[in-house]
Amino acid sequence: MSKPIISVRSISKQYRLGMAKSQDTLRDQLSHWAKSLGKPHEAANESFWALRDVSFDVQPGEVIGIIGRNGAGKSTLLKVLSQITEPTEGEIYLRGRLASLLEVGTGFHQELTGRENIFLNGVILGMTKAEVRAKFDEIVEFAEVGKFLDTPVKRYSSGMYVRLAFAVAAHLEPEILVVDEVLAVGDAAFQNKCLGKMQDVAKNCGRTVLFVSHNMAAVQALCGRIIHMAGGKLIGDGSPETQINAYLGEIKKPRTDTAVPLGKIIECRQLEFNPNPVVSGQPLEFTLELGTKQRTQLIAVAILIYSAFGQRVAILDLRTTAGQFPIEPGQPFRCTGRIKNFPLVEGDYRVGLYMQCSEYDGDYHDLASLTVSAATKEGELAPYAAHFRGLVELDCELKF
Amino acid sequence: MTAPEPHVNELADYERVIRPKKGLVAVDFDELWRYRELFWFLAWRDILVRYKQAALGVAWAVLKPFLTMVVFTIVFGKLAGFSEKKGMNFETYAVLTLAGLLPWQFFANAMGESSNSLVGSSNMISKIYFPRLIIPASAVISGAVDFAIGLVILFGVMLWAGVSWQLHLLLLPVFFLVAFAAAFAIGLWLSALNVKYRDVKYIVPFIVQMGLYASPVAFPSSLVREKFGDTVFFLFSLNPMVGVIDGFRWCVLGGAFEPYWPGFGVSIGVIAALLVSGALYFRRAEKTFADVI
Repeated sequence: MSKPIISVRSISKQYRLGMAKSQDTLRDQLSHWAKSLGKPHEAANESFWALRDVSFDVQPGEVIGIIGRNGAGKSTLLKVLSQITEPTEGEIYLRGRLASLLEVGTGFHQELTGRENIFLNGVILGMTKAEVRAKFDEIVEFAEVGKFLDTPVKRYSSGMYVRLAFAVAAHLEPEILVVDEVLAVGDAAFQNKCLGKMQDVAKNCGRTVLFVSHNMAAVQALCGRIIHMAGGKLIGDGSPETQINAYLGEIKKPRTDTAVPLGKIIECRQLEFNPNPVVSGQPLEFTLELGTKQRTQLIAVAILIYSAFGQRVAILDLRTTAGQFPIEPGQPFRCTGRIKNFPLVEGDYRVGLYMQCSEYDGDYHDLASLTVSAATKEGELAPYAAHFRGLVELDCELKF
Repeated sequence: MTAPEPHVNELADYERVIRPKKGLVAVDFDELWRYRELFWFLAWRDILVRYKQAALGVAWAVLKPFLTMVVFTIVFGKLAGFSEKKGMNFETYAVLTLAGLLPWQFFANAMGESSNSLVGSSNMISKIYFPRLIIPASAVISGAVDFAIGLVILFGVMLWAGVSWQLHLLLLPVFFLVAFAAAFAIGLWLSALNVKYRDVKYIVPFIVQMGLYASPVAFPSSLVREKFGDTVFFLFSLNPMVGVIDGFRWCVLGGAFEPYWPGFGVSIGVIAALLVSGALYFRRAEKTFADVI
């Protein structure tokens, strides 16, 4: 066995709670100091470990998928690996140039043209100007934006914008590439193109890739090994089949923690379906409660339903024409709803949320799971197997 | 860790180690050098965006110092009679004002831009690694274009005023470096403080407003020394811009405006102290930028 290209040794990362509602102004900080005068140091109680004693080695050329629920520490691990944030304990040894792609289009500027943004973004991602120039034509061709090169990107469609941003990132040539869920953007055709590019980078160029995703199909197709995380700890490390099965088993169990953080401010206190399992075609009710650490506005909330392998099947859009929902610590957001005939084919589904508040927005995965059981219909033929029938059960009357 | 001994030696070949940094963190000049292209690109972006968005574009860089000079010359030179005090003619006073305005406006602009720079780049900071020092530094240097345009106006006004051209002018780049150092030193402090305490954005306009009067922009600093004596002048020189502006004036107007060197030394000392302490504070604070921003 050759020397590992990445060696992660007992990495832990501690966050101080209340960092988000941090003493935003000097006055708050002063009053905070005044209050804590004479009190014992309470910082230890107000902290939590986003990563706890994580260790693993990566060999050159390995393509590793990192899976786990929301809040399992995957993104924190990537941030520590890419030196964006510092570990609290432990060490990481890197034996190559590492580039991280935690978001598509970091550093893009709306006022600048496509051409200018390619250079700017390339340099931000760690390429030299000469490297960008050498790959310029390839990037433009991959992004399919040739005609609009000298148009400011603020006039681009969102599809073009994402294509251009990914194209720049896809032409990075580091020894180690760290990627966070960036394939979840763009249309299906472009997603496939990106997957192909990732595969190409990993298989043909012999590069080491660490890849976080909730899309189990993509993870299975790309990765030779999977690291499974939960609660900041590494709980599984091995072949894709075993780890994916373990993960799909894990998400079927209800979450034990009471509130799941959705970013810095909002937390999901309850997301439940009744009944669960639900019979295909029967009514389904849901309850959602979001809490907050500080006063803000909920601009949009949607419940996202994914297949077990991570393909989005449907969403429940909870916006109303009445406008935004004000939300504050004592006044959570609550919503209940009823779907008359739940139309999905039997199987396990994964449920997440899209949430937009005044400060930020994001997709949050695997907050709940939903099991759909087969409807028993009398006097009909036995149905085809579930995977043969797709995801949606259509109700239709036949005439011959 | 209970890693076997041979393994530990093997790790000596590793290119990079990530581990928590304790205590004071030195500035990593090697790394900054490796990221020099990013520095220039960010400065280039700021300049490009500034001139693309403004309808008048480059004209602003001309109008701002020129109109301020006209107003100052009328208000302070004529009305308050500053120009007569030193036995200067009206034209020389205009040159004196402009030679003070240019470094002052560069400094004020750099202070505004750099104090917001980190917060304005929060997206990049939370998504990608690079030496964070680059951000306030490129924000400061992006003002150099305005400064260069201002110099052209200054030379024009000097021709109009008929002041004699001094050999000292060759020292201008040196004093520009001093002005950059002063602006960058303040920028380091303000940008890092602004990440944690957003009050900084209220403080900066206040400093800029006060600083205009606490710096020798509209008057030669020798007036302060003549009126209040050496002790007050040393206190006055604690303002780093006193040294910078005096140096500029000396380059432009020559011998009669030679800085009082002990006071100049105080200003330089303050700049050096702010620069070193600012860099150390910044390096200490940058560990939590991505978590707090």
